[in-house]
Amino acid sequence: MEKILEVNNLHVSFDTFAGEVQAVRGVNFHLNKGETLAIVGESGSGKSVTSKAVMRLIPNPPGRIKEGEIKFGDRDLAQLSEKEMQKLRGSEISMIFQDPMTSLNPTMTIGKQIMEGLVKHQNMSKSEAKERAIELLKLVGIPNAEGRVNEFPHQFSGGMRQRVVIAIALACNPRVLIADEPTTALDVTIQAQILELLNDLQEKMGTSIIFITHDLGVVANIADRVAVMYAGKIVETGTVDEIFYNPQHPYTWGLLGSMPSLDSTDEELIAIPGSPPDLLDPPKGDAFAPRNPYAMKIDTEMEPPLFKISDTHYAATWLLHEKAPKVEPPAAIKKRMQGMAPSEPIIGAKDGGKNV
Amino acid sequence: MSSQEKLLEIKNLKQHFKVGKSTVKAVDGLTFDIYKGETFGLVGESGCGKSTTGRTIIRLYDATDGEVRFNGEDVHGKKSAKELKKFNQKMQMIFQDPYASLNPRMTVSDIIAEGIDIHGLATSKKARMDKVVELLETVGLNKEHANRYPHEFSGGQRQRIGIARALAVDPEFIIADEPISALDVSIQAQVVNLMKKLQREKGLTYLFIAHDLSMVKYISDRIGVMYRGQIVELAESEELYRNPLHPYTQSLLSAIPLPDPEYERSRKRKIYDPEKHLPKDGEERVLREVVEGHWIACTEEEYQKYQVTV
Repeated sequence: MEKILEVNNLHVSFDTFAGEVQAVRGVNFHLNKGETLAIVGESGSGKSVTSKAVMRLIPNPPGRIKEGEIKFGDRDLAQLSEKEMQKLRGSEISMIFQDPMTSLNPTMTIGKQIMEGLVKHQNMSKSEAKERAIELLKLVGIPNAEGRVNEFPHQFSGGMRQRVVIAIALACNPRVLIADEPTTALDVTIQAQILELLNDLQEKMGTSIIFITHDLGVVANIADRVAVMYAGKIVETGTVDEIFYNPQHPYTWGLLGSMPSLDSTDEELIAIPGSPPDLLDPPKGDAFAPRNPYAMKIDTEMEPPLFKISDTHYAATWLLHEKAPKVEPPAAIKKRMQGMAPSEPIIGAKDGGKNV
Repeated sequence: MSSQEKLLEIKNLKQHFKVGKSTVKAVDGLTFDIYKGETFGLVGESGCGKSTTGRTIIRLYDATDGEVRFNGEDVHGKKSAKELKKFNQKMQMIFQDPYASLNPRMTVSDIIAEGIDIHGLATSKKARMDKVVELLETVGLNKEHANRYPHEFSGGQRQRIGIARALAVDPEFIIADEPISALDVSIQAQVVNLMKKLQREKGLTYLFIAHDLSMVKYISDRIGVMYRGQIVELAESEELYRNPLHPYTQSLLSAIPLPDPEYERSRKRKIYDPEKHLPKDGEERVLREVVEGHWIACTEEEYQKYQVTV
C-alpha cells in the first residue's frame, strides 16, 4: 500500500509562563492512500496538536515543532517555509474543523468562501469557480445549490454549515483531508448524515482522511485503522477490528469499557480513575501508570516500547513483554475478544520502538 | 409500575417563548410522571425542548400553561417566599457546563455551602465545614479541595463539585441537564457511576436530560423521547431500545454509532420524515398506552396499527 503521509518522531511543545508543555512527545504514524485513519484520545492527549502540526497551524510562539519529520511525498512539511505551506494548504492537504458555527466567515457568502481556494490555487476565473462551487454544494448534498450559493452562513443550520465546510475543504481535490472532531457539535441524526457523506466522498474521490475524535462509535463507523493517543504519545495502533476486538493496552480497555453498550445490562462502567497527567512535567516511565490498575513496577521506571502484535497492530505496554505476568482484561473487554476469535497475540515480540 | 408512588406529576406542561411577533413553542403539552427513586431519562435532539422542560419543572421559567405537582403540591402558581424555599430545598439541579455553572470568585466550600447557609442547615461554622468536607468526600474529592477556586479543577472534578452543591441541602429530586456532555469519555463513566452510587445510598430520584442515548439507556429506568416540544414515546428503557415503535425513536436509535465495527458495517439508518407521518384530517396525536408501560403519541387509527404490530 502506498504511504501518502508519514510522521516520524514528532515532538511539539508550547512555551508557557509555567514552563514547557510537551503536548506531543514522539509520535509516529503513517497514512495510506485512500484510507481513513482515526486518532482517538481524551482532551489534552495531543490529537488535535498532532493534526495541526501536520498542517503547520501551530501558532509560533508559543508553540513549536521541536523535533521530527512530516513526510508528504518527497517533502518534509516540518521544514517548509510558510509560503510553501500556503501553496499546500487547501490544495493538497485540507482540514475540517469541529465547530461549523465559528469556522466560516460570517460576512462572506458561502459561495465566495468556496471560491477562494479555487481562484488562489487553481487559477480559475470567477465564473468558473462559481460553477465549481455550485457543483461542490450539490456534491455535499445541499439542496437548491444555485440559490443557496449566494447565502450567508447564518442562513444555514449546523449540519448544512458543516457540509459547506466540507465543500470548501474538498474544493481543490486534496490528497489528504484532516477532520478534527467534525461531528462533535452535531446531533446524532445529523452526525450520521455527515459520516455517510464523508464515506461516500472518499469512495468517489479516493481522498485519504485523518479523522480525529473521542467518540469510539464514530471510529467504528468510519475508520480503517486507529491510533489511540494518551499524554502526547500513540499507545496503541491497529486496524479497526484489532483495536475493537483485540485491544491490548489497558488504556484502550478503559476507553472501550467506559462506554455503555446498548445491549449491556446493569454492569458497572469501567471508569478510568484519576485524570490525565500534566504535560508540563510528564511522569517518568509509562504516563498511564498512575491510572492503570495493571501497572507494574517497571511502568514507573521505564517507558514501554511499542510491542508488535501483528504486522498492523502495535501497543506500548509492558504487559506484552515476555516476562510480564499474564493478566485478565476486564469482563467487557474479554467479551469483545471472544467475538473476534483472534489469532494468539505474539506476546513479547521484540519489535519494540519500530516505526509503525 | 402504576403501584409505585409518584414523586412528580407533570400535566399538559407548556412553555412558549415570544420571539418578536412569533411564538416559539419550546414545550407544548407534556404529560408524564416520575416515580420515587427512579431515573427518568429525557432524550431528544437539540431544540426539542428537553432542557426547557427541566428548567420549567424547577421553576427557572414560569410555565405558560399546565401543572407540575411535586409530592402532590403544585410547584407553579403564587407562593410565599417560605413555601418557595421549602420547595427549592427538595429539588436541585446539576448543570451541563461545569465551567460556567460554578462562580469563579467563590471558594469550593462557599459554593457548596451556599445552600446550607440559605436554608440554615448548619448551626455553627464548624458544623458547616464538617458538612462541606463530608459532601466533598461523598463525591470523591477531599477536604484539601475546600479552600480552592473552581479554576484549579478539571472538568470532571468541577462536575463533582456541582453534584456536591446539589446534594448539600438533602434534596429528594435532582434534575441533571446534560451533566456529562462536556466531559471526556473516561470521566463520563466516573460521574455516571457516582450518580448511580448516590442514588442507591440516598434514595434520590433523577430526571436525566441528555442527547447521548447509550448513556441515557444505561442510567435510566424509564425514558421519554422528545420531538418538537412533545413526548412521542415513553417506555421502560429496556423496552424502548428493544422495541422502539415510533418512527422518530427508530430513526434516532438507528443513527447512534456503536463501538463495534461489525455492527457498524451492517447498520442501516432509518430516516424520519415528519411529512410522511402527518395524521389524517389534522387529528391530534395523544399519548396512548400500546403495551403496559409503553406509551406512544398516536392517533386512534395508528393506535390500532401499533397494537397489531405488538
